[in-house]
Amino acid sequence: METFTTDVAIIGAGGAGLRAAIALAETDPRLRIALISKVYPMRSHTCAAEGGAAGVIKPDDSFDLHFDDTVGGGDWLSDQDCVEYFIHEAPKELLQLEHWGCPWNREADGSVAVRPFGGMKKKRTWFAADKSGFHILHTLFQTSLQFPTITRYDEYYALDLLVDDGRCQGVTAMEMRSGELRQIHAKAVIIAGGGAGRMFPFSTNGAIKTGDGMAMAYRAGAPLKDMEFVQYHPTGLPNTGSLLTEACRGEGGILVNKHGRRYLQDYGMGPETPVGQPQLKTMELGPRDRVSQAYWHELQKGNTVTTQWGECVLLDMRHLGEKKINERLPLVRELAEAYLGVDIVKEAVPIRPVVHYMMGGISTNTAAATPLPGLFAAGECACVSLNGANRLGSNSLVELLVFGRRAALSAIEHVQGLPAPNAAALNAHAEKTQQRIGELFSRTNGTESMSGLRREMQETMEKNVGIYRTEEGLQEGVSKIHELRQRYRRVKLTDKSSVFNTDLFQVLELGSMLDCAEAVTVGALARKESRGAHQRLDYVERDDRNFLRHTMVHHQGMDSPRVDYLDVVITKSPPGVRDYSGDHK
Amino acid sequence: MTPLKERLVQLEVLRYYPDTDTEAHFQTYEVVCQEEWVVLDALNKIKADIDPTLNYRWSCHMAVCGSCGMMINGEPKLSCHAFLREYEGVIRVEPLAHFPVERDLVTAPDDFMEKLKRVKPYVIPKEIKPISEGEYKQTPAQLMKFRQYSMCINCMLCYAACPQYGLTPSFIGPAALTLAHRYNQDSRDGGRKERQEVVATHEGVWECTFVGACSEVCPAHVDPASALQQMKITSSIDWIVEHLIPGGKS
Repeated sequence: METFTTDVAIIGAGGAGLRAAIALAETDPRLRIALISKVYPMRSHTCAAEGGAAGVIKPDDSFDLHFDDTVGGGDWLSDQDCVEYFIHEAPKELLQLEHWGCPWNREADGSVAVRPFGGMKKKRTWFAADKSGFHILHTLFQTSLQFPTITRYDEYYALDLLVDDGRCQGVTAMEMRSGELRQIHAKAVIIAGGGAGRMFPFSTNGAIKTGDGMAMAYRAGAPLKDMEFVQYHPTGLPNTGSLLTEACRGEGGILVNKHGRRYLQDYGMGPETPVGQPQLKTMELGPRDRVSQAYWHELQKGNTVTTQWGECVLLDMRHLGEKKINERLPLVRELAEAYLGVDIVKEAVPIRPVVHYMMGGISTNTAAATPLPGLFAAGECACVSLNGANRLGSNSLVELLVFGRRAALSAIEHVQGLPAPNAAALNAHAEKTQQRIGELFSRTNGTESMSGLRREMQETMEKNVGIYRTEEGLQEGVSKIHELRQRYRRVKLTDKSSVFNTDLFQVLELGSMLDCAEAVTVGALARKESRGAHQRLDYVERDDRNFLRHTMVHHQGMDSPRVDYLDVVITKSPPGVRDYSGDHK
Repeated sequence: MTPLKERLVQLEVLRYYPDTDTEAHFQTYEVVCQEEWVVLDALNKIKADIDPTLNYRWSCHMAVCGSCGMMINGEPKLSCHAFLREYEGVIRVEPLAHFPVERDLVTAPDDFMEKLKRVKPYVIPKEIKPISEGEYKQTPAQLMKFRQYSMCINCMLCYAACPQYGLTPSFIGPAALTLAHRYNQDSRDGGRKERQEVVATHEGVWECTFVGACSEVCPAHVDPASALQQMKITSSIDWIVEHLIPGGKS
């Protein structure tokens, strides 16, 4: 097995991975950086983020307000020291992107424009039309091209972390083009591998979001934190699940049921505000968890619209007018037109909630460090406890930048003065990857189909771990995912060839997703309260006495994982009431 | 509630496996699809239910990641944006033209990636300004000068459509040149001169014969053809200033 040696290896080349790579290259030009990704950087899912990125910049805004919005939005499960660090770094990072050429929308005087977003008390979301993530990703990728110390390993599928002497010291990966296995020895590893929304059948997430980075860290002994908190975005296209950004509502779009009623007023987000005059932090600008939950209640009451794609509510943007729609929401117009045949200028578009984002992930602290020395993580794959129980829209694009950079700085600190690696020990660990892959190829008793197992996993997650959860459903979810993990050991690899074998990668991705799914279900079953995106019909109240703490799930091989808890860091904001009733009290 | 309409679709897909195949061959699949599906949905159904050995790239399913470019009935398309309703009869699916095939519908984009890097697609600042001094001011009008050219998703459809790139692979090509133009037009940037060394050459804009196929196939409405024309004009002005105007050489 060929071995490459580097100083810092980054797994994942989306927003967080690229930001980390640039920070490493800028801070210490002597460092060798390996940027490893199963896709070319521009394909990373950061590109699909639409609405924007939050950072305090306008005179009427303040760090305290961004802090309060984030902590309350997260239903007090955010670590407040982390939020504090984040809000102060956010504007610097967004300005840095501006200096690198990101085409942010502007005010008439040439300053950066901001738009309203859900759960935010002030307009503070920087945006590039409705392609903000796309522009952030491409700006970072293009900027990264000027640094000769960044060596890219495009289309290398990372397999296992190499851990020796209690430290993470590299990773094994397969060059997808040849099928050859490689070892990449590194003094530090940063995982920036994205989320795992593909565990669910109906998701805004691209095909690549299969939780490989999370699962890799988890298998290597780093715990996954708060995995039960899965965000449903309230407005997805009902057939493809494509995201219609929250900016639709930020710009003034309204949600109505089949009677034409703006039903959010019936779920603690009213009273109704005038159409076309969106008011911050209420009605359509409520937080995502609450807005998605309101859909579920409307569904139970029979107030949804029956369409050929299932039960929907309507997102009405007609009153915004064609000019504003084309200027601010061009992608939304294109998506609805192309995939649903609806012109949002002329018609309300049917939508429904869709799995969008994992609040949970690899447990990290504010320095982006995991409990495993030498291993750092940033972006959606990490749980730095910024987002708590519910992420506010437009905080995650900034999270990529702030903690991508932070992971780089922490890695630099870590690599100083490390002893030389024990190559023989690392080789021995890498052999295990080779055996694992070899066994898949030589397996003759494979009876389970990859697509069959994947379908069962997705159905289980949707049925039992959706917007509202129950003890019974979660019990079923836990045992079913456990069963699927056992059956996965008999999954059949149909394609035994070496070159760009996507059957193999799908089998491996399914393994990652099953590991993540187990952490989600086990965490959800153990959390006997309702908080943010984790809502239980049998424990309807938030329970700060028992659950103002993070769920930590530890991998135990084929056995059920071990669960323990970590206290939430509260610095200045004691748990309170989440109030989205606007100015009307 | 009207059920979704279904349709039996025949896809003729080019298959190639380098270790065993001396040449590529077509394989025909029949698959029941919903009327509103795209070609990618049909491929995904084939992959899941009929033939796991079929290989292609895809991710976002919303025409923004640029992974799933392929030739569909001879035209470069994103398969996530190629609607079955627009096709009758057998649909022929082949790898993107003008790029070497790794396997099946998977092509090797190395040449494109190298060219992208060569045009220096990043801000080379006109004036250095520390972050603490805030943003570079840029009016909406200044933004509009380059915004369209910043929309490129790097899907490479324009390279597959460009006859010149097919004939002369050293041609830097539509997307990369457009990206150079995007930065040249950005009010924050002062790097045009550096980029001209790459762009205003016979591998650069002067290789373009203005067929315009690039703009026709672009799924992001970038219009590389107009970018290249604008670059030719500014390059000509540069030449005139340098060679014909006395004392014009700066």
